[in-house]
Amino acid sequence: MLFVLVSVALMVTDHKYRHLEVFRSGISTMVYPVQYTASLVVELPRRVVTALAPRQALLEENARLREEQLSLHSRLQQVAALEDENRRLRALLDAPVALHERVQVAELISVELEPFRKKALINKGQTHGVFAGQPLINAGGIMGQIMHVSLLSSTVLLLTDQAHSIPVLLNRNGLRAVASGLGEDNVLTLEHIPLSADIREGDLVVSSGLGRKFPRGYPVGAVASIRRAPGELFASVRLTPSAKIGMTREALLLWPDQSDAAASDTAMSP
Amino acid sequence: MAGPVGCRGLRHGHVALTPRPGHSGTVAICLSFVVALILTSVPLPAALAAWRPSWVAMTLMFWCLVLPDRVGIGSAWVLGILLDVQGGALLGQNALGLCIIAYLTLRLHKQIRVFPLLQQSVVICFYLLLLEFFTLWVRGITGVPPQHWTFWAPAASSMLLWPLFFATMNAVRHKYKAF
Repeated sequence: MLFVLVSVALMVTDHKYRHLEVFRSGISTMVYPVQYTASLVVELPRRVVTALAPRQALLEENARLREEQLSLHSRLQQVAALEDENRRLRALLDAPVALHERVQVAELISVELEPFRKKALINKGQTHGVFAGQPLINAGGIMGQIMHVSLLSSTVLLLTDQAHSIPVLLNRNGLRAVASGLGEDNVLTLEHIPLSADIREGDLVVSSGLGRKFPRGYPVGAVASIRRAPGELFASVRLTPSAKIGMTREALLLWPDQSDAAASDTAMSP
Repeated sequence: MAGPVGCRGLRHGHVALTPRPGHSGTVAICLSFVVALILTSVPLPAALAAWRPSWVAMTLMFWCLVLPDRVGIGSAWVLGILLDVQGGALLGQNALGLCIIAYLTLRLHKQIRVFPLLQQSVVICFYLLLLEFFTLWVRGITGVPPQHWTFWAPAASSMLLWPLFFATMNAVRHKYKAF
């Protein structure tokens, strides 16, 4: 009976407040070896395969990556020029400049977390400066945000989780919306889109920076389908997330600039 | 196979009624829980993931059945908290459910112990459904209900695996003399 009461008290506290994070983080650090061992079941065969990969295949992959890096570098040169231009134009408009963020690569640990939730575990934690609420991206776009941090690992709440929402805007016309997860892989929904809204299939949806959790301008998804049922108040809009969530093994942790939040505020005010 | 194994469980169940002094086998008990936690977080193919047996709950019920004076509600609570933290779930969500099934198992351990293994599996399945019901309840209240009927699948897969599981655990118990 006592234990049941304690459990209920814990659940209420954990749901409503953040006082228990230290407790959770401590236990989480203790549990990490267990999770690491579990991930080895998948990890070890993969490492063995990599170690035994024929030299030819490695050489080919290396060549391909070199080529990719070269093309990305040439693109990057243009970005530098554009960045300068953007800075000059922003200066003309008297808008604060914020483009740079600190990033760190994190690796996803392949373990199973709570069933029927969309979460992931990464191998960076408190010791690497990770904090709760920190945005996580990968090569495609935004993946999610940090939920719990322990010493050496952190739990990520993915965009597709049913408890996750992110403020977004349509890249084409700046229409603002909120993209929420549905608890299914590879689907997001845009909430409260009026039937008459100018939105088309294939439109790119990017983070708006409102809410101050996510930096603005990172891809969130592309509009996959729009259903405008007469009689409904809102259109039902489905997105396909840009980040191939569940396909990638690496992710980037972002440390947004302090000035960035302020910048997006002024930029977003009409 | 179920028959003789059931008898074995029965026989040693009675041995456990008169515990020897000392705490032999504590290591084995702890290790079995660690292995259960590892098995809980081993990634499975997407099609099978929902059917993963509730290893921790099964291990807990096994020890509650055979060593009711060593493993009880306290252990259940600690395990539940570990499970919650490991899964990144709401703290106390699994702890509550595991405490309840540990209590029920302890309460009825004398009856359940003498059941044939198949009948035991049915009881186990019922307890696990209860555990899942509590989880569903908590998740419903906190606004993240599971959205697929396979949420109930672990009870079924655990039920199917229980005879094999019980036999294996009994063998382990004898090897490490956890009485």
